Amino acid sequence: MTAYDVERGDAIHPGKPVTVDRYTGGARINHWITATSLVLLALSGLALFHPSLFFLTGLFGGGQWTRTIHPWIGVVLFFSFTGLFIRFWRANLWKAEDGTWLARLKDVLTGHEERLPEVGKYNAGQKAVFWGMSLLILILIASGFVIWDQYFAAYSTIDQKRIAVLIHAIAAVTIICVWIVHVYAAIWVRGTISAMTRGRVTGGWAWRHHRKWLRELVGGKERRS
Amino acid sequence: MFPPLPNPTVKPTPAQFGEQDLIRRSASNVAPPARQLTPVAKLIDTSKCIGCKACQAACLEWNDLREKVGFNSGVLDNPLDLTPASLTVMRFSEWINPETQNLEWLIRKDGCMHCADPGCLKACPAPGAIVQYSNGIVDFDHDRCIGCGYCIKGCPFNIPRISQVDHKAYKCTLCSDRVAVGQGPACAKACPTQAIVFGTKEEMKQHAEGRIKDLKSRGFKNAGLYDPPGVGGTHVMYVLHHADKPEIYANLARDPRISPIVELWKGVTKYAGLAAMGGFAAFGFLHYLISGPNKVSEEDEKKAEQLTGSDVS
Ligand code: HEM
Ligand code: SF4
Ligand code: SF4
Repeated sequence: MTAYDVERGDAIHPGKPVTVDRYTGGARINHWITATSLVLLALSGLALFHPSLFFLTGLFGGGQWTRTIHPWIGVVLFFSFTGLFIRFWRANLWKAEDGTWLARLKDVLTGHEERLPEVGKYNAGQKAVFWGMSLLILILIASGFVIWDQYFAAYSTIDQKRIAVLIHAIAAVTIICVWIVHVYAAIWVRGTISAMTRGRVTGGWAWRHHRKWLRELVGGKERRS
Repeated sequence: MFPPLPNPTVKPTPAQFGEQDLIRRSASNVAPPARQLTPVAKLIDTSKCIGCKACQAACLEWNDLREKVGFNSGVLDNPLDLTPASLTVMRFSEWINPETQNLEWLIRKDGCMHCADPGCLKACPAPGAIVQYSNGIVDFDHDRCIGCGYCIKGCPFNIPRISQVDHKAYKCTLCSDRVAVGQGPACAKACPTQAIVFGTKEEMKQHAEGRIKDLKSRGFKNAGLYDPPGVGGTHVMYVLHHADKPEIYANLARDPRISPIVELWKGVTKYAGLAAMGGFAAFGFLHYLISGPNKVSEEDEKKAEQLTGSDVS
């Protein structure tokens, strides 16, 4: 049996309860840098998105600072997310059971987990968030550069900038919605947040939500395929 | 001839309009003003312009702006484009009239048109950075400008320019400070041929009519007034000898209007966007209320212990 989607650092510690290492220190630091930049980008971007949210510029030292700093945080986000992408992409490849899982989204939301197929390190919802974020960040950085007038005004026409700012605004709204789903899932599914804070989850959590991953870890396939 | 503006008194005069006369304010709602000011306009007669650039010099002078010493690009346009300091530039076009085979030298004074429906103001995200008075003047308030450049995307005439020094947007103010104390714009004052005149919009339209009649009598059968309805009309208008072909005047827009992309961005995107984000958050909230947290059970932990052999130790 080849490793399914166990990542480096994933390990089981038998005991009562069983604990499972899910994220290395590096992955967690990488995640929180990404998360912080995403939240700061959402706040600084929304400040310009709608007049009722302009007050958010106060968090960044006023309008001029908000306008100046937003694209730079975007650059941090881009590199930081690239790190996460390199770490996580393999385990997020789409598998046969993901389609079934997604088709039974109703059972997911109504808490009938017994009706769902066993899934690996990530379920289809998490994979959708991962690929959605990846695509949207690419769109945001590309459109963001086109409207970054302080340095790049000369490289596009006004018509291109109009399209870019529209795309940027739509992509930003979409990524914020994806982010809401991501954060809500982490809160709703108890025991998840410790994966990103302390790096580990309980065996019961892994059994309940990512059984295939747990089985594989038990099978000792603790290496990269 | 339109009577030249009288020389003003040198005694300090209180401003005749201000905050209380705003009909639009960027990223804000304003209460309709108590009074309606008489709409004003500047009329630029391209057939009278001799390209002397006195208006350009007067604009720099009055607004206390200095253009960097540039270089000669081989054409009369100088500087080549509007800048944060040059709020107006003369654009020179050489055009061969296909009917007469005459070379016509078309000179257009470019600058803010003071649109009745200003795209710059619509796009601006900073409350009060762009304002419109009921006399038609569209003005930028630099203390509130954040330098985002959205006004550039909103403007159908490619007018605002952002300074790389203070990162704020600049454009012609129609000399709102002068108009407020009963004077005309500095450029109109300086123009030696009265190619630039200033007055109420009605007066300017009437004056233009006379000019157009005169031009027609001299063979310019397509002479006309440029007051484009797509932006609700403008408070800077042109008399063109070839009003049927505005684009020959250094690409003057034929039918300017706020770009539909800008309308989409500043319209439905905002409402749909706020609704979508609110919708997702509300769904999460309701879902949690209804179904409660998804907790790991004792049994799940036991199963994991069995699977890992922890239960037999
Ligand atoms: C990835 C790199 C990014 C770059 C280079 C970038 C750049 C920009 C720029 C240049 C602007 C115009 C205002 C300004 O100059 O500050 C802007 C606006 C905005 N950005 Fe970004 N951005 C990025 C990522 C993001 C992300 C991740 C979000 C959302 C979480 C976001 C949300 C917004 C919003 C909502 C606006 C306002 C759009 C509007 O006014 O309709 N941006 N961005
Ligand atoms: S650059 Fe200034 S005036 Fe132009 S849209 Fe931005 S805040 Fe408004
Ligand atoms: S010409 Fe451009 S800058 Fe001037 S009022 Fe119209 S939209 Fe605004």
